[in-house]
Amino acid sequence: MIAGALIAAGILFYLAGSIGLLRLPDIYCRLHALTKADNLGLGLLVAGLVLLTDDLAVALKLVLIWLLVLAASAAGAHLIAGQARRGEDP
Amino acid sequence: MDGPALILLDGLLILVLLGLAWATLESRDPRRGVVLFIAFGLVLALVWARLAAPDVALAEAAIGAGLSGALLLAALRDEPKPEPGPEPEPATPAKRRLPGLTSWALGLLCLGLGLVVAWAFVDALAGAGPERLAGQVLARIGESGVSNPVTAVLLNFRGYDTLLELAVLLAALLGILALGPERGGYAPAGPVLAGLAGWLIPGLIITGGYLLWVGAHAPGGAFQAGAILAAAAVIRRLTGDRAAGLPRGLALRVLSLAGVAVFLGVGLALLVAGRPFLGFPPAWAGTLILVIESAATLAIGAILALAFIGGRPAAWDNPRQGRALNPTRVHNHP
Repeated sequence: MIAGALIAAGILFYLAGSIGLLRLPDIYCRLHALTKADNLGLGLLVAGLVLLTDDLAVALKLVLIWLLVLAASAAGAHLIAGQARRGEDP
Repeated sequence: MDGPALILLDGLLILVLLGLAWATLESRDPRRGVVLFIAFGLVLALVWARLAAPDVALAEAAIGAGLSGALLLAALRDEPKPEPGPEPEPATPAKRRLPGLTSWALGLLCLGLGLVVAWAFVDALAGAGPERLAGQVLARIGESGVSNPVTAVLLNFRGYDTLLELAVLLAALLGILALGPERGGYAPAGPVLAGLAGWLIPGLIITGGYLLWVGAHAPGGAFQAGAILAAAAVIRRLTGDRAAGLPRGLALRVLSLAGVAVFLGVGLALLVAGRPFLGFPPAWAGTLILVIESAATLAIGAILALAFIGGRPAAWDNPRQGRALNPTRVHNHP
């Protein structure tokens, strides 16, 4: 029940992030929408899935995936924004 | 585990896969095409996972999407950028189309190939013949030295194929080395990227070792592990290390040759011992497979990393030889 609610909330954040990516005017706003909403969305999804599994190893792997995506998307957003700010085509 | 939700997921995957393939082919901008191709590879990995082929899914994600994507992006980087300013005149559809006869011939060829594949698929599903290879593999897996049937086929029952695959990779490397000096390097990374690389690279090396080890009884193996090691090398190079973390001189040559050399060496040693070429004695098979796969992992990692470097690296020359084979390089990309 709680797991289902968490997953549904995660999907909502993904939806919001995707709409932001499609609708927002420039690259900074899009990055903002995409990275923040999706990181939180993935976190909620992972939290829901961790509750659904009985296996500690699977739960730890899920959390590890979330942490890796967090680090990669934060660094990626930083790099893309830095490129764009220097006036280069990202 | 089957249900309407999974059917929906499968349908969605098929639609997205076909859509991405179409968008990749139709893309006018090569960079957009490459990014779409990477997305296509990732969705294809999901499709393989849904088809219960996790070994192929891993290989597709690591090599098909990851490393091929990195190679394509590195190749595009050397292309001159389209000059900014007025939008270049879009090619008219007539210009882009092949001449009538060629496109008809290609269309017929694709149709014929599609029919053959569809027939093979239906035939496999119908399962007419009593001799199914999967059954034979599972019946004799106890003699293979490993419990993962994919590894048993790749390294034991069909070891020749894998040896020749490694030889193909080595031949490709020789071609890359013959292309000339390496591609231009990358600027040293800022603190954020350097910090991320400092986290990721040890994790990648551990993951590579894990995939190599686990390949004996679960999805994984030398190709996936080697691709992960190569990914670590790609990150090293992207953060400013021109040598991509590879060793220099003789060590680099030994590393590139290790896969084929150890594979062949084991096969020949078995011949000397009076067994068929690559006919592992069951008691030794597990150990021999691990030895071969370890060498193959290192070689695949080194060869794929050298492919990303895209030419003969400065480190290829043996420093002790005292002569520079590489001419002075021109740096296009500061």
